[in-house]
Amino acid sequence: MPSVMLKKNAEGKLVFYVPKKDLEEVAESVEFDSPDKWGGEVLLSDGSKYYFEPLDTQPDFPITLRALRLDSGE
Amino acid sequence: MAALTKEETEALIQEVLEVYPEQARKDRAKHLAVNDQSLEKSNKCMTSNRKSLPGVMTVRGCAYAGSKGVVWGPIKDMIHISHGPVGCGQYSRAGRRNYYVGTTGINTFGTMNFTSDFQEKDIVFGGDKKLAKIMNEIEELFPLNKGISIQSECPIGLIGDDIEAVAKKANKEIGKPVVPVRCEGFRGVSQSLGHHIANDAIRDWVLENRDGDESFPTTPYDVAVIGDYNIGGDAWASRTLLEEMGLRVVAQWSGDGTIAEMEKTPKVKLNLIHCYRSMNYIARHMEEKYKIPWIEYNFFGPTKIAESLRKIAALFDETIQAGAEKVIAKYQAEYDAVIAKYKPRLQGKRVMLYVGGLRPRHVIGAYEDLGMEVVGTGYEFGHNDDYDRTIKEMGNATLIYDDVTGYEFEEFVKRVQPDLIGSGIKEKYIFQKMGIPFRQMHSWDYSGPYHGYDGFAIFARDMDMTLNNPCWKQVKAPWKTAESSNVAVAASA
Repeated sequence: MPSVMLKKNAEGKLVFYVPKKDLEEVAESVEFDSPDKWGGEVLLSDGSKYYFEPLDTQPDFPITLRALRLDSGE
Repeated sequence: MAALTKEETEALIQEVLEVYPEQARKDRAKHLAVNDQSLEKSNKCMTSNRKSLPGVMTVRGCAYAGSKGVVWGPIKDMIHISHGPVGCGQYSRAGRRNYYVGTTGINTFGTMNFTSDFQEKDIVFGGDKKLAKIMNEIEELFPLNKGISIQSECPIGLIGDDIEAVAKKANKEIGKPVVPVRCEGFRGVSQSLGHHIANDAIRDWVLENRDGDESFPTTPYDVAVIGDYNIGGDAWASRTLLEEMGLRVVAQWSGDGTIAEMEKTPKVKLNLIHCYRSMNYIARHMEEKYKIPWIEYNFFGPTKIAESLRKIAALFDETIQAGAEKVIAKYQAEYDAVIAKYKPRLQGKRVMLYVGGLRPRHVIGAYEDLGMEVVGTGYEFGHNDDYDRTIKEMGNATLIYDDVTGYEFEEFVKRVQPDLIGSGIKEKYIFQKMGIPFRQMHSWDYSGPYHGYDGFAIFARDMDMTLNNPCWKQVKAPWKTAESSNVAVAASA
């Protein structure tokens, strides 16, 4: 369960940063991304997949959240 | 010598790796790569931030070097105790040339060495009492200090001293910040972890000190310069440009910096990161906690300076944007003259670099402004996010090496035959004796500053006087030159 630092970049896309792995990637898609629900599976541009427990509101980016690693993309 | 093609470079890496035993060869192969600009991510071709192999020559430092030497050391009005045996502090004392303003020993302490000088009894019975005593002595002898940091050396972690408890107690007694830093040298694979630990110590012990205190008057143009260690005056050369364009530099981290500046940093509007490797951690933390955005910038060479000034200005209003243009225009005549003078003397020269955390990619632009080409670069302790940022800066088919060993670097240089090498003191004399011009790119070879427009003029002059120094023609023994053998033949005839 890595801690992931999430922020929005200049284009409004979600940037995914895992400090311990120096992993800095743009998220391709977020499963739930509406004002009343956020989270689920997140697909990164390198093909790896992470899972966030869905939240009831949009988190206030930047924020650090715990994620579950589903697929390394290799 | 013409530039190597991709295949030739790959063959060169294979050739150099051949002498290693199989296991070592496999391991080192992951750290050497041929640059390919089409790659988005460096992890496809590089592995970095791994433990150096035993038996090879590495130039890396330790976590203590990263914390005391790099991040904390330059904070001038604090006293940094090298807690442990005397050597770590003494042999690294004042070696990094972080310039500062102040009276050393009175209100600033940058070039002094404070140590708890551990003896056997301290190892056996613990050093906490001694540490508490030293801090009282410091308070008595140097009352104008603004705080104390305790930089742990290896034994502290090994014997399990509780420096946090001592720090908290001392903090109550003397009423100034006392920061314990757990940067024992054995932690991590290089100084890089020391940077991280130091950043975390700032986060935990310094950054929150003025939360809720709004007495500091802010402006919409407040910025902090983060990751500029003022080597040879670099931070000053950077700061003037930022101030000229209308920004207010509230804090310098940490060259010529003070603890008060660091405590005020959470009030700024934007963090400007020069050395990404050593201070991105704190910038990311401030982004999350105080919602302060941060950007990376590069003040080496006029092309990158103009690019960075515009990038910074774009985050502010029109007055700053106009200010940036004004600054660029103001210095144009100056840097055009520098280029006009030195470019003809340096055009087409090839450079190999091997430095620390930001320069392997940041100085490329400055060399290119002088018509030079960087044909190989590498980091001592970079991580993959550094290499991600390097790929685009470097030309295709150039060499990239991570934590390069002494042997590999020498072999690469013998084959690539660069006109100039930029690296550190440990490499300097090897390559000079091989007859290759060399500049120290850590300490600017006791010159500098190299940042900013003022620095660029000095940079260009230094590169010229090294590269075009007549001594390089004298390196070859006279009886080994072609001319003298002709003369000898003529004489014997």
